[in-house]
Amino acid sequence: MSNLSLVITAIAGLSAAIAGCALPAKTRVHAAVAFTWGACIAALVGSLTVLHTGHAMVLNSSRILPLTGVTMVLDPLGAVFVVVTAVVAIASTLYWLGYASHGLSTRTASAALPIFVTSMLLVPAAGSVATFLWLWELMALSSLLLVLVDQRRREETRSAAQWYAVMTHVGASAILFALVMLSAHAGNQTFAAIRIHAVHLPAAVRNTAFLLALVGFGSKAGAVPLHVWLPKAHPEAPSPASALMSGAMVNLGIYGIVLVGDRLLGGGPAWWWLTVTAVGVVSALFGALHAATSTDLKRLLAYSTADNMGLVLIGVGASGLFATTGHPAIAAIAMVSALLLTVNHAAFKGSLFLSAGSVQVATGSRDLDGMGGLLRRMPITGAVFLVGGLAIAALPPLNGFVGEWLLFQSLLHGLPTSSTAVAIAVPVGVAALALTGGLTAAAFVKAIGVGFLGRPRSEGAATAHEVPRTMQLGAALLAGACVVLGVVPMIVLPALERATAAAVPGAPAHSLRSSVELRLAGLQGVLAPALLAAGLALAFIAVIAIRRLAQRRSHLRLALRRAEPWGCGRELQTARMQYTATSFAEPLQQVFDDVLRPDRDLNVSHLAESRYYTEKIAYRTSIGDVVEHNVYRPMIGAVNAWGQWARGLQNGSVHRYLAYGLVVLVVILAVIV
Amino acid sequence: MEAMTIRSILQAIVHPRTVTEDLGPPPQVAADVPRLAGSLQLRHVDAGSCNGCELEITSTFGPVYDAERFGARLVASPRHADALLVTGPVTKNMVGPLVKTFEAMPEPRMVIALGDCARDCGVFRGGYGVEGPVGDVLPVDLQVPGCPPNPEAIVRALRGLTGR
Amino acid sequence: MNGIGGVIAAVLVAGAQIAAVAVGGPLLVGVMRKVRCHIEGRVGPPIHQPLRDLRKLFSKQCMRPDQASWVFGVGPVVLVATAVLIAAISPLATTHPPLGQTADFFAIVFVLLLGSVALALAALDTGTPFGGMGSSRAMTIGALAEPALLVAILAMSIPAHTSNLPALVRIGLAHPQLIASPERFLALGSFLVVILAESGRLPVDNPSTHLELTMIHEAMVLEYAGPDLGLVILGESMRLALLLGLLVNLLAPWGIADRAGAAALVIGLGALVGKVVVAGIVIATFEVFTAKLRLFRLPELLAGAFVLAVVGAFTALVVR
Repeated sequence: MSNLSLVITAIAGLSAAIAGCALPAKTRVHAAVAFTWGACIAALVGSLTVLHTGHAMVLNSSRILPLTGVTMVLDPLGAVFVVVTAVVAIASTLYWLGYASHGLSTRTASAALPIFVTSMLLVPAAGSVATFLWLWELMALSSLLLVLVDQRRREETRSAAQWYAVMTHVGASAILFALVMLSAHAGNQTFAAIRIHAVHLPAAVRNTAFLLALVGFGSKAGAVPLHVWLPKAHPEAPSPASALMSGAMVNLGIYGIVLVGDRLLGGGPAWWWLTVTAVGVVSALFGALHAATSTDLKRLLAYSTADNMGLVLIGVGASGLFATTGHPAIAAIAMVSALLLTVNHAAFKGSLFLSAGSVQVATGSRDLDGMGGLLRRMPITGAVFLVGGLAIAALPPLNGFVGEWLLFQSLLHGLPTSSTAVAIAVPVGVAALALTGGLTAAAFVKAIGVGFLGRPRSEGAATAHEVPRTMQLGAALLAGACVVLGVVPMIVLPALERATAAAVPGAPAHSLRSSVELRLAGLQGVLAPALLAAGLALAFIAVIAIRRLAQRRSHLRLALRRAEPWGCGRELQTARMQYTATSFAEPLQQVFDDVLRPDRDLNVSHLAESRYYTEKIAYRTSIGDVVEHNVYRPMIGAVNAWGQWARGLQNGSVHRYLAYGLVVLVVILAVIV
Repeated sequence: MEAMTIRSILQAIVHPRTVTEDLGPPPQVAADVPRLAGSLQLRHVDAGSCNGCELEITSTFGPVYDAERFGARLVASPRHADALLVTGPVTKNMVGPLVKTFEAMPEPRMVIALGDCARDCGVFRGGYGVEGPVGDVLPVDLQVPGCPPNPEAIVRALRGLTGR
Repeated sequence: MNGIGGVIAAVLVAGAQIAAVAVGGPLLVGVMRKVRCHIEGRVGPPIHQPLRDLRKLFSKQCMRPDQASWVFGVGPVVLVATAVLIAAISPLATTHPPLGQTADFFAIVFVLLLGSVALALAALDTGTPFGGMGSSRAMTIGALAEPALLVAILAMSIPAHTSNLPALVRIGLAHPQLIASPERFLALGSFLVVILAESGRLPVDNPSTHLELTMIHEAMVLEYAGPDLGLVILGESMRLALLLGLLVNLLAPWGIADRAGAAALVIGLGALVGKVVVAGIVIATFEVFTAKLRLFRLPELLAGAFVLAVVGAFTALVVR
């Protein structure tokens, strides 16, 4: 019976796409959203059943895809990702209802978005190589179509889509090689068969497969140095699509790494997991730094996604590392923390992208330097962004804090070990965790403070007003999830433990005991998020009460006065005198100048009459992506140069082409003979 | 000035020499004292003075006269201040900023006009850049005469406000 | 602890610790000012002057910028509320504070970070350049101090196999050799530098400066008046007292109440006050002879603290 849910998901998704394509403009978005909700709810029901019972759901059909057939296996690990995707999709499609009038009501978009959602719902349920790759490619293509929605209006969109298309297919080909290699050795393309055969694989094959999978799935997750598409594509996509890409699609990169590393290959040597941890550390630091110094609101969020995925990779790597050094209990805790970080990220990043989209719609721009005062003009959107920003900065009592606490605990308790690899990796991991936490806090104080607080710095911000209800509600849904997960994380923890049991070999059934508090089994580590939240609320109320009391006791009852801010007696105070996002990030930019390498351009033009008088000074600075400048552009340049050279081969002369044919024929004959 | 050797540092810690003068019992209290109750934050504004009064203020809060021991303190922002300490005649350019500073102060607030210039323009009376004494621009609560008033007079005025 | 009696006892202990920190914080600031004045050769304000200032502030008019949102008024309340919560659950006067099992060091650090973030956001809400400047500098310093702080916590948690703060203090009390160990000293040295950075003391920030362009923390509160300002000043002094209390209890826990009972609690409070006053005097003396560091020299200072913490962590790993 529960097997039906996957079928219903697929059918509902397909119907949504057809509805989006075929129906007239007035009804197509609503119909597509309705069917997509059907798909999401069916997927939710199926995966919650799997998580509750712990038994995987299997579905086989040889008729849908020619030659290979379709195999679907939904086990608890995949089910977690399906639930996350479904919730984010429900919120994003709800948001889409209100957003549709801003360019997302075309036939292409209305068909592509449901296909995107459905393929993401089904990827974690794929049980064979062909099914997986088909769904993966469908996901990539539909998201590419979504990125291209705005391409007529903006030049950057086309360039971003090009980068996205190339990198996602490079990643897909790496995944293809890895999976095909494994299935060739196993003689069968189902994951179950590959799993059984994995013990007989030679080490070279295992290592190559894992590295290729790390490259392919890491690129999708936004791991540095394969993240370059992320800050280009996520801002250019329309906001519901951005939320889905950041909140659901990058998670599938993590799913893929855990799939290949743990479920298919059954774990590996320590250096695999050290590599994963190292990639995680670099991604986290790089992403956090760029988020802290970025002035484009959505680009900031995109880099922050790379940062959070880096933290998840640290958790996955730590888990594998502890498993190889013989501590399955702590490996399980590390994996649970990685999964919890993923779930948390989907919640807060989804709400942040959706409210950023609302801001973009209301003010007409993504530039933080021109925003301000939006909390008074858009109270709900501002409150949602505030909650999301505090959650991503890992502040109690919200969900990011619980995830980071768990990661820290797993690193701490994994330390009593004789392995030097672990002894070095753990303090590095903790330092990376701390620095990214601090940089993320700075980044989001900047985003919230410069974007929503203070006075509006431009006309667009001054004339902003609140967006339609459905847009507010979609973002608020995910922000509510942040609060709930922060105060009662125990509602997801049993499910995550089940998923870990599927992923980490030898993990105990219960590594966490959670009722009101989170307790690490067999170790000294306790956190009571609900009590912390209650304590904070109580202290807050108490302080307000005492302040009122203190004010009342004074015999002068003076009313609150609102006045213009103190500006040292300046006669003219404008909103442009406030700190902008660039100024806020400037100390950090100076400290990390060597890593960021900003471009600086200073133009001084003098008066025609005399060189000693300046007429105008123009200063421009921008922070590009170092990896893009130093790694990718030279590579692209080399490929271009090679291509230009190769054009010389085709000069149009028939004589030369005949000569080519003759030479190749002679060579082949020589080789055969 | 002697070099900062370890020995001199240790001596400064263990045997500090206090140079503060004893300025006797508190003077007769002014009307506003109960609500200030020993805590007076001052924001100083130079409305066009010759800086003679500023030197005396510096001396007042220095080690010899040490007005801080009676509860007075200079603060940077008028939002933190109880009293505005104005020196000098109010020049035409300083009228706006002076009024803004006064308006930025929370109630209950006071204005102290320090020196003869603040009282009645002093030697600058009739100058082309001078708008008038502080009393023409703001409601003055306390005047401290002198050109410049010596630190004991300033401390006595402040003690009249703090009550200590 | 069982039943109503246990709950009442817990509430009393929490109340005692909160009161000690709330009253002791401003007194500590007064003591530090007094020490500074004495070394400078003057008499200075009495020790309870900060309490007088606070009492006056609560009867003054409250002022807010005309275009600010609700964040401006909520910021100081969150700052004090986080300090109150931490004062209630930290092992300050007793090794069994209420809700002690949830007083994880990591959690305490992040709750205090919540207070800092609230103040930074409120500063940006003022709409003045000073607020942005203070907020930007404070968040930069916070970001650079966090690695040192968390690795120092790691270094202290490794030998104890837990990061629960009351447990750390209890283990220190029971095994003095854990305290007289190089990793503890290195970690606490790093922790001290972080405390100076987070509470805005010299050499990171001059708390009594009047020059707006040199301000870090003060710039964030230039716009506050009346009760809001009172809450901010109270919150900041409570944080300083709290952090110093944690530092001294990790360095020298003797005197802290180890068992239930009013007498032990009173002795614990007295020991806490004594130790924190000594720490405050040492820091104030150090401040007199130190000049404020340039803003862009601070990353070097915090990196040095980070290196201390990392060496402490490796020492903890190797020694065991």
